[in-house]
Amino acid sequence: MATILSNSRSQTGVLATNKLLRNTYMLLSMTLLFSALTATASVFMQMPPITYLLSLGGAMLLMWLALPRTANSSAGLAVVFAITGLMGFGLGPILNNYLSLANGPQIIATALGGTGVIFLGLSGYALTTRRDFSFLGGFLFVGLLVVLGAALLNIFLAIPAMSLALSAAIVMLMSGFILYDTSRMVNGGVDNYIVATVQLYVNIFNLFISLLHLLGFASND
Amino acid sequence: MDWMKIGSAILLGMLLILLFPQARHMLKHSPDAEPGDWRAFILPLLAVGGFVALLMWLV
Repeated sequence: MATILSNSRSQTGVLATNKLLRNTYMLLSMTLLFSALTATASVFMQMPPITYLLSLGGAMLLMWLALPRTANSSAGLAVVFAITGLMGFGLGPILNNYLSLANGPQIIATALGGTGVIFLGLSGYALTTRRDFSFLGGFLFVGLLVVLGAALLNIFLAIPAMSLALSAAIVMLMSGFILYDTSRMVNGGVDNYIVATVQLYVNIFNLFISLLHLLGFASND
Repeated sequence: MDWMKIGSAILLGMLLILLFPQARHMLKHSPDAEPGDWRAFILPLLAVGGFVALLMWLV
């Protein structure tokens, strides 16, 4: 009897995890498409550079103030699309910068493809091994604080080599966060697909921006 | 100093303030790694590093 109960409970857990994964990846793909649309609109509208800061600031405020209050309701979906739409819109000025370079479209396409390969590879690894990466939490968050502190310092120092090293560090950190966030969905650290989608979207966004910076440097432009 | 730099500094400062309590909580409450956990983390990260280096070489 106890075995039957335990089996039924574990089956319920597996079903819940599968539902969470399905909903998260479905919402993530929709938000990525939506942010690609807003980014395209921003490129065509030739938005000024300050758009990037204003969009990211707005998205951060939504993540900070609106998301925790709405994550368990259908209003959370509107908030997710607002966050990802804003972040996508903020990409416009950066993409316009790269598009003005001789091989800009190639750099953007390579960064986009590279981000996709890294995300799919790491997600596939975390999902198939089902390894618990929750031990990384402290390490990744402290690493992120160090990188943000160094980036803040580099605004005033403006050392190109440091900016490049920071981009490389962000690629590594976001790769770690993809493993961490995916394993939390599989092993029960997060049970809300709206929150999980925003976390994965932010990882992908930062990965893309940093890869773009590294590839831009590598192409000598 | 232009507005972009001031805006970036404010945004990064906000992020630091937002993330600091979470980082402190994570440091205190993260479970310890089991044998093999760090290797399972570092190997895919090395693969990512190699892949990025390849992209940088190709572009």
